[in-house]
Amino acid sequence: MMQKKAIQGKKHATNLVETIMLSLFKDTFTSQVKTLYQVFMHAFVKADTVEYPEEQPYMFPRWRGRIILSRDPDGEERCVACNLCACACPVDCIALQKAETEDGRWYPEFFRINFSRCIMCGFCEEACPTNAIQLTPDFEMAEYIRQDMVWEKEDLLINGTGKYHDYNFYRVAGMAIKGKGKGMAQNEAPPVNVKSLLP
Amino acid sequence: MTFEVGSGLSIGSILFTVIIVAAMLIWVERRLLSLWQERLGPNRVGPFGLLQVVADMIKIFTKEDWVPPFADKLSFVLAPTVIMIVILLSFAVVPFAPGVGVIDSNIGVLFVLAMASLGAYSVMLGGLASDNKYALLGSLRAAAQMVSYEVFMGISLLGVVALAGSFNLREIVLAQEGVWYVIPQFVGFVIFLIAGIAESHRLPFDIPEAEQEIVAGYHTEYSGMKFGMFFVGEYLGLVLISSLITVLFFGGWMGPFLPPIIWFVIKASLFIAFFILLRAAIPRPRYDQLMTFGWLVLLPLSLLNLMVTGAIILSMQ
Amino acid sequence: MIILFYLAAAIAIISTVCMVLQNNIVHGLIYLILSLLAVAIVFFLLGAPFAAVLEAIVYAGAIMVLFLFVMMMLNMGQHSVDQERSWMGGRVFIAPAIMSGLLLAQFLNVLRDYEFELVPTEIGVMQVSSLLFGPYVLAVELASILLLAGLVSAYHLAKK
Repeated sequence: MMQKKAIQGKKHATNLVETIMLSLFKDTFTSQVKTLYQVFMHAFVKADTVEYPEEQPYMFPRWRGRIILSRDPDGEERCVACNLCACACPVDCIALQKAETEDGRWYPEFFRINFSRCIMCGFCEEACPTNAIQLTPDFEMAEYIRQDMVWEKEDLLINGTGKYHDYNFYRVAGMAIKGKGKGMAQNEAPPVNVKSLLP
Repeated sequence: MTFEVGSGLSIGSILFTVIIVAAMLIWVERRLLSLWQERLGPNRVGPFGLLQVVADMIKIFTKEDWVPPFADKLSFVLAPTVIMIVILLSFAVVPFAPGVGVIDSNIGVLFVLAMASLGAYSVMLGGLASDNKYALLGSLRAAAQMVSYEVFMGISLLGVVALAGSFNLREIVLAQEGVWYVIPQFVGFVIFLIAGIAESHRLPFDIPEAEQEIVAGYHTEYSGMKFGMFFVGEYLGLVLISSLITVLFFGGWMGPFLPPIIWFVIKASLFIAFFILLRAAIPRPRYDQLMTFGWLVLLPLSLLNLMVTGAIILSMQ
Repeated sequence: MIILFYLAAAIAIISTVCMVLQNNIVHGLIYLILSLLAVAIVFFLLGAPFAAVLEAIVYAGAIMVLFLFVMMMLNMGQHSVDQERSWMGGRVFIAPAIMSGLLLAQFLNVLRDYEFELVPTEIGVMQVSSLLFGPYVLAVELASILLLAGLVSAYHLAKK
């Protein structure tokens, strides 16, 4: 028993020395030197860094950045102040008030987005029935004063159609406004007189 | 005033150059690391980002110089000064070129070793005074690591000393007229290189300040210029180890065509770059691996190296 | 040269006294290291640079590091300072002061009729080693055996 233990001890000792020597030569002369060589060769590879302010990165069109309010092809505001965006907003950063023009169009009296709360989730864009609110690839919105992060309607509204060029809500919706009565929208049948028995 | 060993001009210019070089190494290291990691590194402040160091210095000087209320004030303030003083003193015996140096001492090698062993106090007092468990762990590791690797560092140098027959670094350089000591003392060179990294706790062996395990090790509680002194001290150590390798194993200022001081700068810069490459490439070993490697591999190897060198010198006589 | 010598000697004595009177053990160690370094400078000025550097390497650089290392393992807080303060009463000093006073008197008496110069010939590495490995080789070997025994027993204790 003692002898066996002694042998085991000896074996253990030789193993230790062997492992250390083996690991020294194997690790040092293959692994470590190879690592040094490979890392050194990276000196001749072009750097991946994009020098940002001078060199602008390509932003994808569907990037969710600064929020805008678009106009329809006729140049009228698309927003109908339905409040769905404000309901969808998880951080409650959108506030708006409905108003009506004389010709019956609905529009927001004010439309306010607090960008210091906005998390650019895009839920407002998904919720919008008229494609009015849209997210753009612009992300450079830093301000020195926090109050400047609150954007009003004048700041949000653009003079274009955004991502959807031909869509005009009042032309496809059944809602009557001045100059377009019931049944005059695209693909809309004339209204049925429900009180009449005639087909 | 003449420019000779020990003149005021010589001392002043060496002190100034060494500190400036150590500070610039912060920028050099960041640029080289990013070169090897396919990045650009700091390139905004000044041409090629050269003034980054100035910006860093302004920042670090204007920071609040804070001593934690629970710290031992004397040791806390003493610790960062020790490393700077000790390493700057070590530069006194380094022969940069013929006629350039601070002192021409007969005990140059021993003086460097003595200063290296005093350098351990900086780390230990810093960690002990901080009264912080991470700092304490870091300085415990540093103490064991530095005391152990000092042994191999000293023994690996003795081969060179035996070949040159002198502890004087200037005479060691002159003795390498024919052949650089890296060839007869290759094992000694490798051991000195490894021990040098461990001694200055540079990256593969930066176990005392391993960020991933113990925050920042012994300088966890330090801020402002006190931290800056630890930081610059590390780079001073890097310059010192590179200069010593150049002097002891690569013939110091010797070389054809170019003036001696240029040769010294070229050789030392190559080693500084090599140390930075080590930082970029080699991961940190575990603490027990470091100690096992030291005592079971480096110690026998360095003793064997010394014995074989001694036997060969004796048989040649 | 002579001014440096007296300065270093004064630093050595003052820091040793501070070390003895210090309550905080870490501060005491710092004073002890300072004292050892001052003694190293004294050696250097007396023309023994090898002894000076060895003093710095071995005493200040290795042994004191181990002292400090042990200090880190023990949790020295305010209570140890208080304990130290309570032990450092006036009466504790009487017996050591008398004995060291006697020793000092003896020492001065011996030194009084002893001729010596302050800057003797330099004793370098060569002289020290030729003495160590010449006439005193037996003592060196005995000391190394003692160290080996210490090493083996430390290994044995660490294995347990």
